[in-house]
Amino acid sequence: MEALDLNIVVFYLAAGTAIGSAFLMVWQRNPVASALYMILSILSQAVLYVLLDAVFVGALLVIIYAGAIVTLFLFVIMMLNLRGEHFVEPSTGSKRYVKLLVSGLVGAELVYLIAQSSGPGMALAPLTGAMANFGDVKPVAELLYSKYLYGFEITSILLLVAIVGAVILARRESGE
Amino acid sequence: MIGAEHFLIVSAILFAVGVTGALISRNLIMIFMSVEIMLNAANLAIITFARMHGDMGGHVIVFLTLTVAAAEAAVGLGLIMTLYSKRGSVDAAKFNIMKW
Repeated sequence: MEALDLNIVVFYLAAGTAIGSAFLMVWQRNPVASALYMILSILSQAVLYVLLDAVFVGALLVIIYAGAIVTLFLFVIMMLNLRGEHFVEPSTGSKRYVKLLVSGLVGAELVYLIAQSSGPGMALAPLTGAMANFGDVKPVAELLYSKYLYGFEITSILLLVAIVGAVILARRESGE
Repeated sequence: MIGAEHFLIVSAILFAVGVTGALISRNLIMIFMSVEIMLNAANLAIITFARMHGDMGGHVIVFLTLTVAAAEAAVGLGLIMTLYSKRGSVDAAKFNIMKW
């Protein structure tokens, strides 16, 4: 019973941090601070993944997102030096309230639909027996290299195309 | 007890926050980061469904989505760099040559 309570505390802490830092990310005017809040949000989401027994994918999320993607964002923000004259103000005036209303409606609708469908079927049963290693590296890797092998191999082609594309874009930029 | 709906609601709120950011900001990099937040919200929902049904296929899907997100970030930021060198700005309102 003690461990169960701890799970609830960790869930609300992680969920609050994830949502709060995502809000702060959107609200920030300085893109560097936004990128740092995005790291915080992603780390809290990794905690939620671990609560859902997705240990391997949670570790990947931290490595790929917080480690690689946000670093790439920070590189570009610092290279473009967006402070000062190139700083872009967010949209203002009545347009801003229409946009906030639209996104608030999207969120309210999603939350309403999920709350409508919540019931005993949504309870997360504890994993026992054969499912005890759910989400560990070995079972996920076995699935990745057997049932989803084609998808995995096609991803390598995607990465190759992305590398070539990024190099071509960056090269044209420096040539001018 | 925490059920799947709690995680799904967190995912929905994160998605809505991402939509807000993508709509109200005019900075291309901020819009791009908001899109990444939306992508992450969808990933959280997929992981929740995987746990609900006890099927690790969802973990594989999220693994592939993360790869796609990395590729997308590399190409998207390359595009933003090119746009910046052409126009000297990352203001989305200034890229309006497709407007009629």
